[in-house]
Amino acid sequence: MKDFSLIFQIARTHLLSRVKQTIVAMLGVTFGISLFIGMVGLMTGLNDFTEELAMTSTPHIHIYNDVAVDRRTILDDSNPDGFNVVHHQKPKDEKQNLKDAFQIVRVIQQDERVLGVAPSVATQVFYNYGPVQLNGSVLGVNILAEDRMFDLRNKLRSGTLEDLLNTNDGLIMGVGLARKLNVQTGDRVTITTPQGYTMKLRVVGTFQMGMGAIDDVRSYANITTVQKIMQKDNQYITDINVKLKDQSEAESIAVMYQRLFGYRSVGWEEANATLIIGNIFRNILTYTVSITLLTVAGFGIYNILNMTIYNKMKDIAILKAMGFSAQDVTQIFLTQSIIIGLLGSLAGLMLGYLLAYGISKVPFDAGDVVNLTSLPVNFSITYYIIGIVFGMLTTSLAGYLPARKAGKVDPIEILRG
Amino acid sequence: MSTSVPVLEATHINKYFFEPTKFQVLKDVSFTIERGSFVSIVGKSGSGKSTLMYLLSTMDTDYEGEIIVNGERLTDKKQKELARFRNENIGFVFQFHFLLPEFSVLQNLMLPAQKLGRWSDEEIEQRAYNHLKTLGVEDQANKLANKLSGGQQQRVAIARALMNDPLIVMGDEPTGNLDSVNSEIVFDTFHRISREQQQTIIMVTHDEDLAARTDRIIELKDGEVIRA
Repeated sequence: MKDFSLIFQIARTHLLSRVKQTIVAMLGVTFGISLFIGMVGLMTGLNDFTEELAMTSTPHIHIYNDVAVDRRTILDDSNPDGFNVVHHQKPKDEKQNLKDAFQIVRVIQQDERVLGVAPSVATQVFYNYGPVQLNGSVLGVNILAEDRMFDLRNKLRSGTLEDLLNTNDGLIMGVGLARKLNVQTGDRVTITTPQGYTMKLRVVGTFQMGMGAIDDVRSYANITTVQKIMQKDNQYITDINVKLKDQSEAESIAVMYQRLFGYRSVGWEEANATLIIGNIFRNILTYTVSITLLTVAGFGIYNILNMTIYNKMKDIAILKAMGFSAQDVTQIFLTQSIIIGLLGSLAGLMLGYLLAYGISKVPFDAGDVVNLTSLPVNFSITYYIIGIVFGMLTTSLAGYLPARKAGKVDPIEILRG
Repeated sequence: MSTSVPVLEATHINKYFFEPTKFQVLKDVSFTIERGSFVSIVGKSGSGKSTLMYLLSTMDTDYEGEIIVNGERLTDKKQKELARFRNENIGFVFQFHFLLPEFSVLQNLMLPAQKLGRWSDEEIEQRAYNHLKTLGVEDQANKLANKLSGGQQQRVAIARALMNDPLIVMGDEPTGNLDSVNSEIVFDTFHRISREQQQTIIMVTHDEDLAARTDRIIELKDGEVIRA
């Protein structure tokens, strides 16, 4: 320990005797780390934002009847060993509902990993607005179950969930759709189903998910209302949404449900594959750029330390003559690069925080597509820890090579002149 | 004053240089040096006198033969042990002063003693002041080493060499770069410590007059001892 304080004292004197060079070396690390913090903050902020966005519209698991499933032809049944070709096979006129849907709901409710389950019935409709017909959908839900799943209550812009429960012809409409139709809470709107059934419904509230793809087309109604406009019985359910305690289990549980119930069952990751891919690309980009920046900073330190050691050959020889071992000399120079790395990294974290803060204040208008006023930035402490660990690693490594060389300097050649 | 205890024994030392071609610098050099003696190594340029001193100093380990200092066999010891041994037992004075320029005079003196770790920092500082005072440079203690004149730097270098009470002080042309006044101070200091402290001085020099005033002259010619 006494030895170390001596080595530290020598290292400090060396650094302070050439402040300018020391600061230049530090700035290399500082910029590397701060850009890493800024970039990773923005990128993971975007990732979190898109994931959250995905979660507002996608359940952890979505179970529905996928009509496009291949089916065997009659020919295959009657001639199982033959080579059968049937041209232009058409799908059967199947019902799009889930049979025994409420039974499935009860089974899923028993599952310990499940937080909530909500059956719904969805249909395409035309919203009639004077002579114009707007294409959209109505989702029949148990509004309270849906709220537990997607936190609808906080997304209401007018009206209440209870208003919907108390009517049998109510709609809670997306704000984008309401604006297009120029309707307000309390107004009546006419809808037409693809089967040609027409009905007048009353808007009891509006909601905003923050995604144009939903806010511009969707309305919520009670299950019975939608069953009525579709002219189906009260067992008719087209979709079951499941919310899990741990969303990372979605894919494996979805596979299990598909096998268990025989209906298409999709986890949120599969449903949002494009978003997930985007996240992965952003992560790759962030880490590639950060590693590049820090490698450049590392080379800066390597260079400066190499130069220092070249200038300090005489001093190294004297230290060795005095009785400092090769290991001591290596430690003196390694300590210098670690000090540069530590101070540079700490300054980098602070500058990085300011950078991230600045980015988070940049106004960003995404229009109707997503509900965003400024760039999303993640301030998680994890990335600050990664930053400093990474900074220290590169500088230690960059410092070690020249420091070891310093330890190997042969004093005699220098002392003899 | 008894001077019969050998502090240094060199036996059958052979040393080769390999660049640019193989060349024998030292040829079967053997001698012993008694404790407390003031020895000068002389010889023409290229006679191998500096090479010999660096072998004795333990910094050069590439030789044949055996070197024993104070009863301890140094040949084949590890570099780390030799560094420790130098720190404890050998003080150096070079021709071109060789202080650490970005440290103060006081820090320059304190470093070897702090490395040794035998005394507290306060004691080390006190010792440093005492040595500086003896050499008449105590008023320079807090200056940066490179702000001193050549003579002052060399006196500080001697003070540094004495910090750990070394068994042997080695000088490589310690007066070679000094005027006669400063040369005299250096010589007197060496002479005094060999008498008063029983410390051994081994000094490489080409100054015949100076060498003549030392206790003993070892003269080398073409790598061989011709006078011991």
